[in-house]
Amino acid sequence: MTAVRSTARRAAGAAAWRRGPRRSSLDLLSRAARTPRGMFGLILAGLVVAVAVIGPFAAPHSATAFTTLDYAKPSAEALLGGDTLGRDVLSRVLDGGWVLLLMAVAATAIGVALGTIAGITAAYLRGPAETAIMRSVDVILSFPQLVFALLLVSLVGPRLWLIVLAVGFSHAPQVARVIHAASVSISERPYIKAKELNGVRPLRIMLGEILPNLVTPIVVEVGLRLTFSIVVMAGLSFLGFGQPPPAPNWGYMISENRVGLALNPWGVVVPAVLIALLTVGTNTFGDAAARVSIGAAGRPSEVALAGAAIGAVGVPEETIDAGTDEEGGAL
Amino acid sequence: MSPLARLLTGRLVLGVITLAVVSVLIFLATEVLPGNAAYAVLGHNASPAEVHSLEIQLHLNRGILAQYGSWVSGLLSGNLGTSIANSSPVWGLVAPRLVNSAVLAITAGVIGSVIAVLLGVLVAARKDSRLDDAVSSLALAITALPEFVVAIALVILLSTVVWHILPGVSVLPPGTYAWSEPRLLVLPVAALVIIIVPYIFRMTRAAMIEALDSDFCEMARLKGVPPRRLLLVHALPNALPPIIQVIALTFLYLAGGIVIVENAFAYPGIGQGLVNAVSARDIPVIQFIVLALAAFYVVVNIVADVTVLLLSPHRRVAR
Amino acid sequence: MAAGHSGRPAADSAAGHLSLEVSDLVVTSSDRHAVVVDDVSFAVSAGQVLGLVGESGSGKTTIALALLGHTRRGLRITGGRVRLGGRDVLGSSPADLRRLRGREISYVPQDPASALNPVLRVGTQVAEALRVHPGTTDDPQARVHEVLREVGIAADREMLRRYPHQLSGGQQQRVALAMAFACRPRVIVMDEPTTGLDVTVQRHVLDTVRGLCAAYGVAAVYVSHDLAVVSGLATNVAVAYAGRIVELGGTERMFHAPIHPYTRGLIGSIPSAHRSEVLRGIGGQPPRPGRRPAGCAFEPRCESRTDACAIRPPDPVELDGRTVRCIRAAEFLDPSLRPHPQAAPAPPVGESRLAVRDLCAFYGERQVLSGVDLEVRQKQCVAVVGESGAGKTTLAQCIAGLNRNWSGEISLDGRPLDPDVKARDREVLRRVQYIFQNPYLSLNPRKTIDQIIREPLQHFFRLPRADADAEVLRVIEDVSLSASYLDRYPDQLSGGERQRVAIARALVVKPEVLVCDEVTSALDVSVQAVIVELLRRLQTEHELSMIFITHNLALVRSIAQACIVLSEGRVVEAGAVADILERPSHPYTVRLIADMPLMPAESAGLPEQAGDLE
Repeated sequence: MTAVRSTARRAAGAAAWRRGPRRSSLDLLSRAARTPRGMFGLILAGLVVAVAVIGPFAAPHSATAFTTLDYAKPSAEALLGGDTLGRDVLSRVLDGGWVLLLMAVAATAIGVALGTIAGITAAYLRGPAETAIMRSVDVILSFPQLVFALLLVSLVGPRLWLIVLAVGFSHAPQVARVIHAASVSISERPYIKAKELNGVRPLRIMLGEILPNLVTPIVVEVGLRLTFSIVVMAGLSFLGFGQPPPAPNWGYMISENRVGLALNPWGVVVPAVLIALLTVGTNTFGDAAARVSIGAAGRPSEVALAGAAIGAVGVPEETIDAGTDEEGGAL
Repeated sequence: MSPLARLLTGRLVLGVITLAVVSVLIFLATEVLPGNAAYAVLGHNASPAEVHSLEIQLHLNRGILAQYGSWVSGLLSGNLGTSIANSSPVWGLVAPRLVNSAVLAITAGVIGSVIAVLLGVLVAARKDSRLDDAVSSLALAITALPEFVVAIALVILLSTVVWHILPGVSVLPPGTYAWSEPRLLVLPVAALVIIIVPYIFRMTRAAMIEALDSDFCEMARLKGVPPRRLLLVHALPNALPPIIQVIALTFLYLAGGIVIVENAFAYPGIGQGLVNAVSARDIPVIQFIVLALAAFYVVVNIVADVTVLLLSPHRRVAR
Repeated sequence: MAAGHSGRPAADSAAGHLSLEVSDLVVTSSDRHAVVVDDVSFAVSAGQVLGLVGESGSGKTTIALALLGHTRRGLRITGGRVRLGGRDVLGSSPADLRRLRGREISYVPQDPASALNPVLRVGTQVAEALRVHPGTTDDPQARVHEVLREVGIAADREMLRRYPHQLSGGQQQRVALAMAFACRPRVIVMDEPTTGLDVTVQRHVLDTVRGLCAAYGVAAVYVSHDLAVVSGLATNVAVAYAGRIVELGGTERMFHAPIHPYTRGLIGSIPSAHRSEVLRGIGGQPPRPGRRPAGCAFEPRCESRTDACAIRPPDPVELDGRTVRCIRAAEFLDPSLRPHPQAAPAPPVGESRLAVRDLCAFYGERQVLSGVDLEVRQKQCVAVVGESGAGKTTLAQCIAGLNRNWSGEISLDGRPLDPDVKARDREVLRRVQYIFQNPYLSLNPRKTIDQIIREPLQHFFRLPRADADAEVLRVIEDVSLSASYLDRYPDQLSGGERQRVAIARALVVKPEVLVCDEVTSALDVSVQAVIVELLRRLQTEHELSMIFITHNLALVRSIAQACIVLSEGRVVEAGAVADILERPSHPYTVRLIADMPLMPAESAGLPEQAGDLE
């Protein structure tokens, strides 16, 4: 009784200040873009995306041709010098981003879609379905994403589609956990019960009632997962498990040009900076979106934000039956 | 049995089950190689005799259950099989690497946790100050950076291009342990510390802020409790559970990040071992390393959950 | 005077200092310069209790916290003075303020469960009140034991070593009281300390408070929305509305002859357990902080408003021993102008609609209901009354089909209902509709009001568009909301409005039985009255059967004809409302009625109005 009253009062207090309801995901994104953090992230990421997308058309030389000497210093011919095999660093940089980006976006989409479906289903259907799904989630989460991807790669070989699937699949449990937690709290709400009381089918409830309320956590997760997709993809490329050479790839470039750092650092520095800017940009924007969304419902939960960044979904709540005393207090 | 002991046992059982499931998955996955596993390793040009002898070595000529059974019994008795690439026992190959990685991970984990928690508590008390804004923004930026970027940046900064004070690679003579050459540890540890501090810092700050904003801290203020006692006696104990949770997750994250950092510094640890094994399709080694990582995860999780429960009397709730 | 008493109040009155004096207090928001508390002044002497009464948005909690020099996030004290026995609180340095808090003036929070630190033991927290104020007493240990005894907690070692979550709600509040009284402060500020507690526990806590204040000559400020509680405890009452004190004076006079229209409206909203009345709520809702009208804040909702009221906020005037902010105050002294409570008519009842027989319900392993019988007839409202944990909501959920774990029989028009809502016939689902307790969670925030009402309609009826439009319009007007609400989202509505939408959603499918599960518990008293009246009217107009679940015994009288009383899962008493309330037979019911706080009008026995029609 108290809990309802004080929640209701606090909600009433919050309602007093609210200007209007949150609407679609576009609204959320545009509001995020208007905050200083959001704008910063958007610009940063946008710049790098532009380089990656337009780059291939602007490259002065072919990315695979041997145009200059190994680790040559920058010259008029090769503005960023030569790489480990004498190819033009600038051309390779311009050509080496779009595949990475595409793979990251694809992996994110797969991961979020799978995770959302799993999360909502587990939360609403409960029972054996929930146990099965969430235990599988726990098992997959036993592996760091990278190790999981490596494992899969070790089996079939570094095919690009497999890497996308592997990374996407490794996102799914993370997303599933977050969506599951959000869906569980939504499923308990009276407006869901009201639909159940009228006999509305579960699928209809999941899609029509629960999913629209998940727009916010989904958008936030997309932001975070995209960042990690890029990081993992680039990491895999760095380790040599990305596009097979001689294709240009920012991650692999860092690895292959390492040896000649002292001679020509640009082959390492430029792709590294580009990747860094991209990930910082997406992360900052994702963070801005998270702040804007959580803030709309009341006081922003800093803990939720911090937890989302590393994939934590709150602290375990154990119940141990220990009895009660005369006045009803728990022992 | 006390409730806590019951919980511990339950968790251990769950952990063992998880490991069992993981082992089955790993095993099945490695058996699901398209085509014959031996061919996959040796290539299609291999002669039937070579294939046959490798099959025997990998026990591929027996039924799947039998293979799994022998693998598990081998594991439990300490026989981990023979590396395909090296023809030497897996344990001998992997053990020193395990130790090296453990040294790296634990050193980085402890140093990083301490720095991050101190920083987080300090900043939380001064929320929204310029210090807070600066440190928080920096933390946000660093969490976004891929691990190898951090590693490379350190190498560029301290080893190769700007200053030359530390070695850029941490190659050890085979068989030696990391602590024999501490200089080689500095950069990899530094890289890992930089990578993990922002996460733990962020959660510490958030948890402290939330605790300081809570009703019971407001009540304490209204009782006249001075600021330092408020921070350390009232807020911090309540902020610890999520902090510990994040530290646990960070250790798991370390397990992944370590692969990249070791590669970047050519550090002879388990991450390097895994990458090499994957390149060579060295199945027994892959199987063991992945299982070891899963076991690490399970142990860390159990320790974290139990610690959190010990710290929070109110989470041991009676129905 | 009790032993250990500091003798301060005597010194206070001798020196001519009031224990607490507030003048012209102003609190604004830090960023938008919205005024939250405006020009508040009052004073309390030693041993007196001031009741600070108001609904949501009145600013009463803000005022209470400001007395200790504290504001919540986003607010700032920007004007006025608070004097504690002559000492200036607001002008003190942070260190001095810390010394005052807990020692000279202490605070008892509304929700003790969240105000006690979950990781510190109870004994530590009570002792801390003394530890941070060294010199208060020679023997802190003894004081801890003493004060715990005074609030009615056995102060043995085992209790001191407990954690807050191991205590019941009542025990937690007593611990909070102990912390507040530990240093024998001059002034105590209590913020709705009995909200959420069962009536019996509430009574005990109030008795304890009264006793301690008298024993130590403490001046108290008791913040509450519950007028009945305040009337039994306070010497003086201050009524707050939208950040201003609209009426301030002695309790007796205030309740017998309220002057300000808001005060009158508030008193009229309170249900009486002794008469079946038409409740008069106050339409509309209070202005949001920062959105106050230029003139009198209450003017938009006032039945006696004139154009002059909207020009500027009224100045306080002294009248009949009170201070009132109303330009027409003098006129309202005349009793003949005050509306008298009307008796509520009771409609004749019809055939039996819904019957529950020998219901035994389980929540997991635990049995929560045993052998419950209930019958609701056509056009009848049956109230289900009980304290928290009695099983009222479980009963409602079993009837609705949300709880499948029961044995016995529930039948609608003679045909038994399946326990599982998924197995029930569509028609049955349509005929029994449910209204939930929390209006803030019972509407999907992503849908417009139109969608919320239309969806159930189309789910059952599949009407052509134009017909559906007409139905939705009809039902929204039926709950006294204009068509302009249809395009809004729930976030834009107040609690009372949302509850009305929930009622509209239930009504649009033309049900026969309406289950109302504590539908007004989360609302302000004045809004509660409006909703209860609405339900009563709708029930009569649409000839519905209604099951009204509540913990508020007095409310029962205004809406139901029959009632059952639940205690620990059993029906201890059942029958006509008038019979049960006037001649209770079961000891539990007797105690429940006795522990109910009464309004002075009731206890004084007003001249009979139209009387009971049961």
